[in-house]
Amino acid sequence: MRIVGIETEYGITRPDDPHANPILLSAQLVAGCRAWAGQQRTLWDYGGEDPLQDLRGIRRARASASADMLTDTPGVDGTTGQVTLRRRRGSWEDPAHLNAVLSNGARFYVDHAHPEYSGPEVKSAHDAVVWDRAGDLITLAAAEHYAADAGHPLALYKNNVDGKGASYGTHENFQVDRATDFGDLTRRLTPHLVTRQVFTGAGRVGLGQQGEHAGFQISQRADYIEAEVGLETTLRRPIINTRDEPHSDRKQWRRLHVIVGDANCFEVPTFLKIGTTALVLSAIEADDGRLDALRLLDPVPAMQQVSRDLGLRERLELASGEHATALEVQRALLEICRDYAHDGHDHRVLAMWESVLDMLGRDPVEAVRHVEWVAKLQLLGRMRSRHAVVDADGRRRDLDWTDAVLAAADVQWSQLGTGLAARLEAAGAVQRVSTDQDVADALTSAPQNTRARLRGAMVAKRADIVDAAGWSTIVLDRSLGDLEVVHLDDPAQTHHALLDSLIAD
Amino acid sequence: MPQTTSSGSAFDDESTPGEDGAPAANAAAHSSSDAIDDLLDQIDGSLQVNAEQFVRSFVQKGGQ
Repeated sequence: MRIVGIETEYGITRPDDPHANPILLSAQLVAGCRAWAGQQRTLWDYGGEDPLQDLRGIRRARASASADMLTDTPGVDGTTGQVTLRRRRGSWEDPAHLNAVLSNGARFYVDHAHPEYSGPEVKSAHDAVVWDRAGDLITLAAAEHYAADAGHPLALYKNNVDGKGASYGTHENFQVDRATDFGDLTRRLTPHLVTRQVFTGAGRVGLGQQGEHAGFQISQRADYIEAEVGLETTLRRPIINTRDEPHSDRKQWRRLHVIVGDANCFEVPTFLKIGTTALVLSAIEADDGRLDALRLLDPVPAMQQVSRDLGLRERLELASGEHATALEVQRALLEICRDYAHDGHDHRVLAMWESVLDMLGRDPVEAVRHVEWVAKLQLLGRMRSRHAVVDADGRRRDLDWTDAVLAAADVQWSQLGTGLAARLEAAGAVQRVSTDQDVADALTSAPQNTRARLRGAMVAKRADIVDAAGWSTIVLDRSLGDLEVVHLDDPAQTHHALLDSLIAD
Repeated sequence: MPQTTSSGSAFDDESTPGEDGAPAANAAAHSSSDAIDDLLDQIDGSLQVNAEQFVRSFVQKGGQ
């Protein structure tokens, strides 16, 4: 499969002080992560990051960008090549950009006001799940270090909303062939991103960005998607994000940054959102015209319509004038994607995709072990029934969706470690994709089939000479005067003569 | 069929497994139901006590 990766911004609170500054808490959590990893030195290398380059080929003027779009350091070298030299900088580290570069190839850092785990580059949906789960455990381990130091605990949440208007993201990244026309990609991928919610949704109490209307919906993220295409990730969020930072050879590849997805505590949704989207991208790269029949007339409202359709029966209007339910669109995509399965991993994705669509089609409750929103709705439905009130006219009425107990359970569902989803999983009520052993290994080991192998091994074995590491660079400080920048512009590169010799030393 | 409508009523107990079709999948759904009930037994009391304060104090800044 193509190179993919997942980044998660976690919700963070200090339970004994709700007013604590989340940026400071996040920075202290990163310090805890560095302590857990046992390394204090390696910096993040921002060389090669370019958040203002638009995939559509235009470039946002730096002065017209909102401050929170500026995530890079302007002026660092953009030279491509094998090893280049860079002047030594002054010793500084901006706490707002505090980073940990981990031996499993991941980056753990502060993004806006949240701790973020950016998982390493992987080559299968299964591995995406494994290193995503490893991120949850690493975050918990960092929190233990924080608590031991600070004398009070942190609570961390794998969700995307606070119910008061704020949303934070779980982003997927897919390597895509640069030769694919970006207009085609946008048009043909959008129907998948709108309808895959039926199995990727984590479930949410509240309708509207502030939860201003009572009810339950399938997706955490749907109400925050306000445009079809665009560069922004923090306001007017688009279905297709156009940030063009390939972290690889720009002439060959794009890195498609998908921002519409929910954070998932269940593994099957993570497995499917990566696996199915990668297959649809293969169909797009092959210029498969069958995809055009699925084009939606109005994708942004459809995003919200699908998210509110708990019976999965509403028909969406297609650009052709026909109508189809989200499940019917997914079935059609599955049939197209059968032609693009290349290995056992792809076939596993197809089998799970079909099985979950079958369950959802027969009766959504059948998917209670697989699909997160179904399990959450089942749990909340039982709560509503247990706490039903009897009307004056003697009628039994389920607890109202506005009741704080339901909103509290929605948040506590996603708490790392002790959350309701974690407890259901511990009780054996959730379908796994990974094994505990896979995840335990991934805490400290990088994927061996991508360049993350080199990053992870250098951090694990040669932290003494790694000044900094980024997605496409490893910066060596061998006391030679200048720093040496090793450029890894191919994400699939697993070996490098100089680095391998240093790792073996 | 489950009572799922866009107004947001949950799957209710009467309409869950066992009524029609797919016995194997329904059996799996049924064991999940037991786990969900067990979990509710554990958390119900504590959620009732501090839910409002908990929800009020869960405030996050926007992110990406």
